[in-house]
Amino acid sequence: MMNPISRYRDLRRAGVLGLNARNACYIMTRNQRRLYPLVDDKIQCKRMLQQRGIAVPVLLDSIRGQYEAGHLDKRLQQLDKFAIKPASGSGGDGIIVIVARRNQRWISAGGSAYSLDDIQFHVSGILNGMYSLGGQPDAAMFETLIEPAEVLKSIAPFGVPDIRVIVYRGIPVMAMMRVPTRMSGGRANLHQGAIGVGVDLVSGVTHAGVMQNHVVELHPDSGASINDFSIPDWPDLLAMAARCQQAIPLGYLGVDIVLDERHGPQVLELNARPGLAIQIANQCGLRKRLQRVDALGEPESMSLEERLACVAKIT
Amino acid sequence: MQMRHWMWLSLLLVVAGVALIIWRVEVYGYPLLPGAEDETWTVQARVRIDPEEGPVKLTLKLPDKTPGLARLREDFISRGFGLDVQDKPDQRSATWSIRRSGSSSTLYYRAQFYRDPENQAFAPVPAYPDVPRLDEPFATAMRSVTDRARQKSADIASFATAIIAEINASAPSEEISLFLNSPEYTGKKTEVAQTLLAAARIPSLQINGLLLVESERQSELTPWLAVHNEQQWLFFDPVTGDEMLPDNLLVWWLGDTPAVTARGAEITSLQWSVRRNLVTSLELAERRADEHDSGLAALSLKQLPLQAQSVYATLLLVPLGALVLVLMRNFIGLRAFGTFMPVLIALAFRETGLLAGLVLFGLVIAVGLILRMYLERLRLLLVPRLAAMVTIVVMLMLLISLFSAALEWEVGLSIGLFPMVILAMVIERMTIVWEERGPGDAMIESAGSAVITVLAYLVMGLDVVRHLVFVFPESLLVVLGLTIACGRYSGYRLTELIRFRELSISQ
Repeated sequence: MMNPISRYRDLRRAGVLGLNARNACYIMTRNQRRLYPLVDDKIQCKRMLQQRGIAVPVLLDSIRGQYEAGHLDKRLQQLDKFAIKPASGSGGDGIIVIVARRNQRWISAGGSAYSLDDIQFHVSGILNGMYSLGGQPDAAMFETLIEPAEVLKSIAPFGVPDIRVIVYRGIPVMAMMRVPTRMSGGRANLHQGAIGVGVDLVSGVTHAGVMQNHVVELHPDSGASINDFSIPDWPDLLAMAARCQQAIPLGYLGVDIVLDERHGPQVLELNARPGLAIQIANQCGLRKRLQRVDALGEPESMSLEERLACVAKIT
Repeated sequence: MQMRHWMWLSLLLVVAGVALIIWRVEVYGYPLLPGAEDETWTVQARVRIDPEEGPVKLTLKLPDKTPGLARLREDFISRGFGLDVQDKPDQRSATWSIRRSGSSSTLYYRAQFYRDPENQAFAPVPAYPDVPRLDEPFATAMRSVTDRARQKSADIASFATAIIAEINASAPSEEISLFLNSPEYTGKKTEVAQTLLAAARIPSLQINGLLLVESERQSELTPWLAVHNEQQWLFFDPVTGDEMLPDNLLVWWLGDTPAVTARGAEITSLQWSVRRNLVTSLELAERRADEHDSGLAALSLKQLPLQAQSVYATLLLVPLGALVLVLMRNFIGLRAFGTFMPVLIALAFRETGLLAGLVLFGLVIAVGLILRMYLERLRLLLVPRLAAMVTIVVMLMLLISLFSAALEWEVGLSIGLFPMVILAMVIERMTIVWEERGPGDAMIESAGSAVITVLAYLVMGLDVVRHLVFVFPESLLVVLGLTIACGRYSGYRLTELIRFRELSISQ
């Protein structure tokens, strides 16, 4: 039986960041509320990032009004590989990934077939705010399908893995790779059963991962080791994450990056309230790193190179 | 500086709330706990008169100041008579008058008193009386009695005791017998004592009081003696000579004049009666605050119409339920459907009781979920789907009520008070969580919701809590202060201690 008081002290000593502290000390003080809509609406976020020259998956189409949903068949005629997403969705809810078309049916990554009616219904659910925060009317977006880089297949044979980097005041402080499993239905969502793999921030090499709060060393589906995998172009990825903070100046920011086979690293989305499971994946608390960044003074005013140079100092 | 700000605000709110509560408890006696009762005493003087020809004027002495007792209210019942109350400092009185009164009539004076140890006011300080000029042999008798008493006493109190003892001796001395047997003083021992005290130039007053004792029959007046020792009033039992004042003696009037004087009418009877009443401390405090006309203290929910009162009795509990919710979410880390759903459900449970509430709630949710799964196939748009769910929930509630009526299960009828929109939203949210995150998450959130609901229900159902927020609405300031303080808690949640267990570094 755990002793809550000593456990509390132990976690504190380990510098683990709790939800209350994340909200009170970092999100509320470092993230201006007026910037939230920019990240919460993925279409707007995509535009802001593109303006800064940051690569993002191409937006094929977007639908804001119910009347547009009626002409969906024309819009979808040219498309057979795409992802439908709610523009203001959270936690991966409401996303359908279409990988192929057979006759008049679209096949999802999970293997289900969708008729035009099914897709129309899903889109109108999105428009009605079914997946948005507080049920606000939302927009549906159609994005190009990401083809994960071949090099990732050895560590992530299934679905699209992504790399989450926490950027604090412009400096990357922690990263993990989220590897989908059969259990997660091909999604890179940890609470749905994806593996969170800790990544060494300086070298970009993975170490042991966590699945459903249990430490794993092998991918449960393929049996391949998930340790000691060197993520390609790691310095570019870190630079990309740091530049996102310049596009949208949120002090405490989660950047989700995918590695596309043809287009290279792309920023999938930004998150103003990134979760804390990254600490478990890295077996390391966030708080001390955040405090080291604060000790740097005004990191926001540093150049990109200076900031990236700080990464080694704060880990 | 900003860090301090919330602390001060929270502290200020808590202190202000607690101070207001203490003030109202201490000054007006608002009860901190439910069910407290206080005694009050209703005293009544009933005067019957037989009018003669012409106008009638009747004066009744009224009780004014009694140490240890305070007046709550008084009523005059006197049909057809004009009433005038004179508030003279030494003696209050009421005068009834009528120009012509045909038949005999009855006049009532009624007043309610409560114990108030703080109130020690009595009659004003009197002047020194002149030595009474008496004829012989009374003058000599008076002198010898006072001389004897003076030798046996050290101060005014013991002098008065000695005098009273001598008057009440089983074999009175010759001098006392002289007084008591004279027509002027027969049966008026108190007046004898006053005359003898005056001989020593000691001011004294005769008290005509009523002992506040519950009695079926009419009460008798009790005479008492007040002696002033140049600093304060001392009270003596005129029979035993003990220096004391019973705490239940109501001073009605002072002096040896009669209580009622009438002109133009004959007093046929004068009756006194005392009745004991039990009122809730709350009622007493409110009336007291009302009498003193203190705006803030009298600020009470009891001033609202009855219906609004019961609404607020419930509404005032919501902040407390919300505080429970805050504790459960931010300190324990439970997850629940919707932000305030558990509190609203807990409010509804107050009507059904916990167990029946949970059963009924579970029933509606379970059937609703099944029907919601079916609605999913119809592909309805979000808002119409929610509207359809509300309709279905209402119909389910009606069915359960009808069914319970047939089974004569009364609790089942109160399901009509469930917040149906909340129920519909719970079903909707549960479905989405179920489909998006899987049944596990749905179960975790359901369990979290249930735990918070039950706790909120238990807290909101405590008699003490309900009493406190209703009688002291300022307690909400305390709740607000605590909530603000909770809002600045940045430590770990209890569930995080488990979630991050792998990360803890043990020494």
